[in-house]
Amino acid sequence: MLSITDLVKVYPSGERALGGVNLHIDQPQVVAVIGSSGAGKSTLIRCINRLVEPTSGRVLLKDTDVTTLSRRALRRARRRMGMIFQEYNLVERLTVMENVLSGRLGYVSSWQAYRRKYPPKDISRAFELLKRVGLDGYHNTRADALSGGQRQRVGIARALMQQPDLLLVDEPTASLDPKTARQIMRLLCELAHEQGTPAVVNIHDVHLAQGFADRIVGLADGVIAFDGAADELTPAVLNDIYGEEDWSKTIQKTPADQGKGKNRGTLERESAAG
Amino acid sequence: MTPEDHARKYPDVWKRFTPKETLVRYAWFIGIVFVAIWSLKRLEIPWFYFLDAHEQAADLVTRMVPPYWEFFTDITGPLIETIHIATLGTVITLLFALPIAFLAARNTTPNAATWFVGRFILVTSRSVNTVVWGLIFVAIFGPGPMAGIWSIAARSIGFVGKLIAESIEEIDRGTAEAIEATGASRLQVLMVGVIPQVLPVIYGTVVYRWDINIRESTVLGFVGAGGIGIILYSSINQFAWQEVSVMLIAVFGIVLISELVSATVRKRIT
Repeated sequence: MLSITDLVKVYPSGERALGGVNLHIDQPQVVAVIGSSGAGKSTLIRCINRLVEPTSGRVLLKDTDVTTLSRRALRRARRRMGMIFQEYNLVERLTVMENVLSGRLGYVSSWQAYRRKYPPKDISRAFELLKRVGLDGYHNTRADALSGGQRQRVGIARALMQQPDLLLVDEPTASLDPKTARQIMRLLCELAHEQGTPAVVNIHDVHLAQGFADRIVGLADGVIAFDGAADELTPAVLNDIYGEEDWSKTIQKTPADQGKGKNRGTLERESAAG
Repeated sequence: MTPEDHARKYPDVWKRFTPKETLVRYAWFIGIVFVAIWSLKRLEIPWFYFLDAHEQAADLVTRMVPPYWEFFTDITGPLIETIHIATLGTVITLLFALPIAFLAARNTTPNAATWFVGRFILVTSRSVNTVVWGLIFVAIFGPGPMAGIWSIAARSIGFVGKLIAESIEEIDRGTAEAIEATGASRLQVLMVGVIPQVLPVIYGTVVYRWDINIRESTVLGFVGAGGIGIILYSSINQFAWQEVSVMLIAVFGIVLISELVSATVRKRIT
């Protein structure tokens, strides 16, 4: 579904953000990308939809090579990639409905967009999505009147409105409190699975990544240092990704370990239930 | 002695500025005083006339009262024309200023050449006073309100365009990026991602400029560009001070109202 080969990005400043990344996603799964700040996580997902122009390498979305597309063809390809941001990036002065419908901009003319004339099936899908993300009845609320968690729900609905083949998610929970972060992460992963859409999720929080993602990719200095299942993360792997640190408090205990740390066991059960 | 050594030696002494910085600050102060004195000398102001200025002012006031109220019926027409000149001029301003602002903002202009064209138009528009624009447009269109409308617009495009362009440069880049990521066209990114963010500034600036334009259009008549100015000018030339006072009061009233409208509108935009 998504196939990235030898992706390199060198910024004009000479900074080598990506040094030949290879990543292949061939089933609808949530792939968490972890790594320190500056490891190239943001650059990686922005090179996929070319908000950042890659220096070399190939990005195949299904059968389309995104890296060689003309501006016009790139816009068509972007319609198939939904993006979710750390700062939500909603149009603050527009309503929830206007923001969700903006996910369909690639399919309507500018005149239609100006008059907010979207096809009826888009509107009914928008209502369904708002219900699904828990914002039933909020369609006429202005985005700047929402809380952080609610804004991210609108961000998710806007991305899904595109009916994307791929979700690009940049630090979805970094601006949220821990409880909201878990709720948003859970919603995001549920929806990705429901819609059968693979998702690349940049995330700082190793614990959240382990708890929700199907697969974890570790980036260090622009190259992939780890690619595997969540329970394969060991202190040695985290040392490879982030550098030396005491990881005993970070790594999620496997069920066999849970007897040792009673508090942690309770916490996990709570989050699984909530 | 380095600052660190100094701090170690005198732990209880702290000054905001170094002696050199203090010296520079005094030099600036003395320099400004010098320039002010120099300007006064070069202007060769005839101080003699100032001796009886207070008497002249008092005399003018006595000649202005009582205002010749009946004159008000003669000026209602030109007064309304003045407001129309300001309003139409402002509408034309918006039509031109918005696209020029997008050219003059670094983050929305297509390339360096278009940016330069945008900035050039804004600077040209602002560097010429409304009354001077009036003289130019009277020469082009002949005397009358048409010249007034265009001179108001010509001066306001620079003002409104510059402020809108600056607010476009300060938008949240992330929002535009998100709209771009949906596969929207360049025009759609402007319409949905950029304009909603600068809309309060557009409304606020245009209404504020309309308020300024009402004041400016009252003097456009001095150069024949329509409005109440032409009557004001002729009454002053005929020393008809009681008529002048009626016009000043009327203009004061209109300016007061336009300022109220403008302040209310700007307060209500969020």
